Formats: sequence, structure tokens, C-alpha cells
Amino acid sequence: MRFVDEFRDGALAREIAAHVAREVDPGRTYTLMEFCGGHTHSICRYGLADLLPANVQMIHGPGCPVCVLPIGRLEQAIELARRPGVTLCTFGDMIRVPGRDGESLLLAKARGADVRIVYGPAEALRFARANPQREIVFFAIGFETTAPTTALACKQAESEGLANFSVLCNHVLTPPAVGALLDDPSSRIEGIVGPGHVCTIVGTAPFERFAREHARPIVISGFEPLDLLQSVRMLVRQLEEGRAEVENQYTRAVSREGNLVAQALVAEVMELREVFAFRGLGPVPASALRLRPRFAAWDAERRFETEVSDVADHPACACGEVLRGAKRPQDCKAFATACTPETPLGACMVSPEGACSAHFKYARLRPAESLTRRKGASA
Amino acid sequence: MKGRRLDLTSGHVDMTHGAGGRATARLVKDLFLAAFDEGGARPSNDAALVDLPPGRPVLTTDAYVVSPLFFPGGDIGKLAVFGTVNDVAMSGARPLHLTASFVLEEGLELAVLARIVRSMAEAAKEAGVRIVAGDTKVVERGKGDGVFITTAGLGVVPPGVTPTGGERARPGDVVLVSGHVGDHGMAILSCREGLEFDSPILSDTAPLGGLVAAMTEVVSDLHVLRDPTRGGLATTLNEIASQSGVGIRISERDVPVRPAVVAAAELLGIDPLYAANEGKLVAVCAPADAPRLLTAMRAHPLGRDAAIIGEVVLDREHLVELATSFGNRRILEWMSGDQLPRIC
Repeated sequence: MRFVDEFRDGALAREIAAHVAREVDPGRTYTLMEFCGGHTHSICRYGLADLLPANVQMIHGPGCPVCVLPIGRLEQAIELARRPGVTLCTFGDMIRVPGRDGESLLLAKARGADVRIVYGPAEALRFARANPQREIVFFAIGFETTAPTTALACKQAESEGLANFSVLCNHVLTPPAVGALLDDPSSRIEGIVGPGHVCTIVGTAPFERFAREHARPIVISGFEPLDLLQSVRMLVRQLEEGRAEVENQYTRAVSREGNLVAQALVAEVMELREVFAFRGLGPVPASALRLRPRFAAWDAERRFETEVSDVADHPACACGEVLRGAKRPQDCKAFATACTPETPLGACMVSPEGACSAHFKYARLRPAESLTRRKGASA
Repeated sequence: MKGRRLDLTSGHVDMTHGAGGRATARLVKDLFLAAFDEGGARPSNDAALVDLPPGRPVLTTDAYVVSPLFFPGGDIGKLAVFGTVNDVAMSGARPLHLTASFVLEEGLELAVLARIVRSMAEAAKEAGVRIVAGDTKVVERGKGDGVFITTAGLGVVPPGVTPTGGERARPGDVVLVSGHVGDHGMAILSCREGLEFDSPILSDTAPLGGLVAAMTEVVSDLHVLRDPTRGGLATTLNEIASQSGVGIRISERDVPVRPAVVAAAELLGIDPLYAANEGKLVAVCAPADAPRLLTAMRAHPLGRDAAIIGEVVLDREHLVELATSFGNRRILEWMSGDQLPRIC
């Protein structure tokens, strides 16, 4: 496929990796975080960690919107879905995520809740128009990438006067999450492979402050193997040259200012929440969006009497540490034993962008090997 | 016969069509028998007497609940015939007879049902099987999805042909696939509600009895035959690995996938190796038989794009491994859950 295959050329990938190997200082390590779950999946799927020199270590970031959603917010959605007359429309990614006591939207659906999988809010809108007797709630999750489509759906609902549609808004923002990761005094991150899809919307500019204030290079990266290897090379060069800038590897999709139309749309419909508790990162100020008062009629949080409860993760689940990059998936004692894609204890194992899912799918070459790695890591 | 004539242009299925009275009889005679029993030669008894040629009889059954009922390259009726015919064929048998049970939802347009039934009749003719018995039930509106079809298939493994089995793959065996994978799954997804996109992808729905006959003619001891339907090629290979207690290694470069399927799958975040097929088969045979088998497959219209994709290996973990075009190796896991489109 054109414009994809070119970026998956194995020979070129090994060439870039060889350049990285020549350019690194063998006397030090480079601990780099890839922010996005999409990055993590590419790294695991193409075995990129094995191509890089041993002193370049990739740690996985929190860029999986399904994974960072606290269980209390999932529970709120499940609770709404169970109400008579309500149809909850959700992305497929959310459907198998385990909540309190393992309950999920899938299990709630089996027990009679009306849960529909949609590909986007436009489909939920169509469903609302066709079923005026039902309350259609769109479970809006995602980073800045999906927020504009939710905003557009709200504007459409407003202009049509669609009274049975609402949005349970859980959109979160990446720059504050990057800030929170770098603020953590125990953080080992020396450079960040930054979120490519998000930056198609917000541009690279919002990350400049964090690179400057924390003196850490950030390279906004695409998602194909060559994109990632090139981004790693750019980070290594910055570190070697003592620079800490925002650089754009993903120039075929990302500009400094981003998509101004989408930004204006989101700003018109949504406003900042004072604080949002990320799973893994904890409460992060000004890191999430809610609907503005003008759209209160389409805001499920205002329309229904509903609350977000505080639900702890499963005690054996290390998703929180995995999301902060403090643990690797295979360092979790439940990984590939109690926690598998069939029996997930946490979202990271079941989300298509989750780090545990990536490791389970691609990087678990032999269970015996992962066992040795695990022993090695805890020693 | 007395009673209301069946209005096949603007009529709908109602509860009387499944009640066992005149309306049911009318539906059976005007629609099902008219399509399935062209000469009208067979008596309308509850069970059909069939003659079988020499060999070992093979029996299977499958339920079809596909949505949408019609899709690019096929429909539920065609699928209900070919799917079951293929299950019979995958044992190395010649498919001969089918039965068909219909669960109809009240309100289904009779014209839609007629279209499905005619499609089944054509499919049976194409596959060289006869639909010899059937049943109809009607459920209330909202309790079905238009129509559910269950078919059973009867066939015979000819004398001299060793029946195949998922447990018969041995280390050293060669793995072949009969053509491009993922067509059916992507064709269905491309027209599913909310996902509609223009695509030239057609379902590969086809009866595989003829291809299997051509294959067993040159290799009488095929070890495994499987049609990689739900869960696609990856899941079928995992089933074989686990049943036979072996590992399987395949090469991504050698697996035929159409560029349009690759593109659509990429867009939806779906792996074509997990997308369903309805007219393809996976074969496992002894290495010495592989070249002959491949030639025979390629000589058949349904095996034109057949390819050797990998080999069976010793592996205590029974893993399926993929050597990627990129140049690394990774595990091809069992599919978990359904193939769901992703957020971004």
C-alpha cells in the first residue's frame, strides 16, 4: 500500500538503527518514553526494541485513552447504560474493559443494558434521530484527536434541536499529561517520542513549554516503524548535542500550529475541567474537557443525576505503574498469568492501544523467556 | 390447496407462516419446494430418504446469523449452503445432501425471503448438492434478525481417500492456502451499519467441494483441511497447532492478501489474517506431496492464487509464528473477542 509500505521497509529500518548505534555514546544509557499506545504497538509488532542498541531503552507511556480512564468513570457509563430507556453508544475499544468486580460494558449488555458499539459520534447521532423514544448517550473518550468529532456532534445536535442525544464527555489532554510525567521527581524519562495523531489537531507548539521547562527533548512522531526509529535517532542527537527542543518527525501530517478549524470547534463546545484523575497518573490539573454550559442540554453529566465514584484498580493489576512507565508489562505478576486478553484484570491488557496488550500479542515470544525476564527484573 | 396465495411481491412473514397450518404449507410449497425441488418429484414427508455412494459418510451442521442479509458478493442463503458444504468438504468428503431450517422474524418481507431461497437453490446447484429436507419457524418481531438459517450437510469420503483431521499435522508438514485471505470479513465490514465505505472488495463465498476433489485426486492422504471462516487464517492455524500439538511457522510475504483488503483493514485497524473467509481453505500435507498439491490447486478456478505459506514445526507451546515482511518474527495469537473497529 502506497505511503504505508514505504515506512515499513525492514532494510531501511535496520539502516536507521545502525545509524543510531553509531551515534550513541556507549558509556551511557538513553531512557526514552514513547507516549502513545499506537507507538508501543508498532514497537512491539515490528520488534523495534531489538533493532536498537541495548543502551537505548524504550519505556511505554500513558497515551492510551482507554487505559487512562479511571474505573469510576467507566462505572458511571455502565450505570447509565443500565437505566431503562437509555442506549449507551461506545467505541469498540471500551466494551471489554473491566470495571468494579470485573463488570464491563459487554457483561452489562449481556445482562440487558442497551450498549451499542459505534465507530464515532456521527453514528450515535444517526441512532438518536432514528430512535426518538430512547435516550442516546455517547460515551466520549479519547485525547485531542477524537474531541473535535464529539464537539461537531454536539453542534449538530444543537442545530437540529435533537433532544434525546447527550455526551458523557471524558476527553483528556496530552500536554498536561506529558507535564505530569516530567514533574514526577522519580521519572527516568530523558526524552519523549511525542503523540503524532494528537499533534495533527493541536500542533507541536503546546509541547514547547514542557521541553523548555523540563529540559527534555520531545520529537513528535508518526506510527510506522521508520517513523519511530527516525524519532529515536532525532532524540539521541538532541541528547548528544545537549539540546531540549520540540522537533517534528511527522511532517507529512503535523504542523506547528495544528488544525485551527478543529481547535476552534473544540474551544466553542468544550472547556477545561479544573482537574481530572488519570488512571496511573492521578489527579492532573487542567487536563480534561467538559461541555460548556451552552451545551448543558447535551451533557449527560448534567442531564442525568449521576456521579463519578472512586473505584480502586484490581489489587494484582499494575496498570498504574505501567502507564507511568515505572514498570514494564512483563514486570506485573499478573501479566499473561491471571491477566490475559480473555481474562483482563486491567484496561492495558484489553485496549487495542494498551501496553500489556501489545506485549501479550507481539513480544511474548516464549512464556519461558518472559518468565526469565521477569525474574531478572525483580532481582 | 385452499387458502391465501403467497404474495411474494409485497407480502410479509406473519405468525401463521410458522404455525403449522395452511399458511405454513403454502409457504413451503410455493416458496421452498418450488425452489429446492424443481421437478416436484419428492413426496413431502418429514424426512428424506437419500442414497449414498460407497465410502465413509460425513455429517455436519452450522447456523447462519449474518447481518446484513445481503452483502457484496453474496447473501445469507448462499453462505448457508456454501458454509456447510465446505465443512463437509474439509473432511475430504464429497458433499451430497443438505437440510435447511429457517427461523423467520415476523414482518420479514416475503420478497426478501424469496430472494434468499432462490439464492440458496442456485448455490446448491453450483455446489452439486440437493436440499432434501427443511423446517420453518416464525418468531415475533424483535426476536430475530430477519432470518436465521441452520443447514446440515451430508457427504461421503470416497474409498481410497484418507479422511483429514485437525489433529493430523506433523512436524515437517507443509501449510498451503488456496487464495487471497480476508475478503469475506472485509466485504461484510465495508457495508455494516455506520462503517459504510466504498470498496471493490467482494465476499469470496464459494463451494469448495470441487477444489477438494481435485486435491484428493492427486494427494489421497491430505493431513488437514480447514476453511478459515470466523477468526480468519490466524485462528484456524492456532486451532490446528493446538489440536495436533505442534507449532506452525508462516511467512507474511507468502500469504496472499489483496491490496484493497490490506488498505481497508489498515483503515479500520484490523488484521486481515483474522478476517473471515468463506471460499478459501488451508491444507496441511506431507512435504513430498506439496508440489503436486500446489499444482493441482492452481489448476482449479478456486485455487488459482494458492500458495505455500509455511511449515509445521515441533513446539511444546503450540504457537503460531509469523515471519514478517519487515524482517522480524512475532506470535500470531488466537483472536480474542470480535474484530472491532478502533477509536483512532
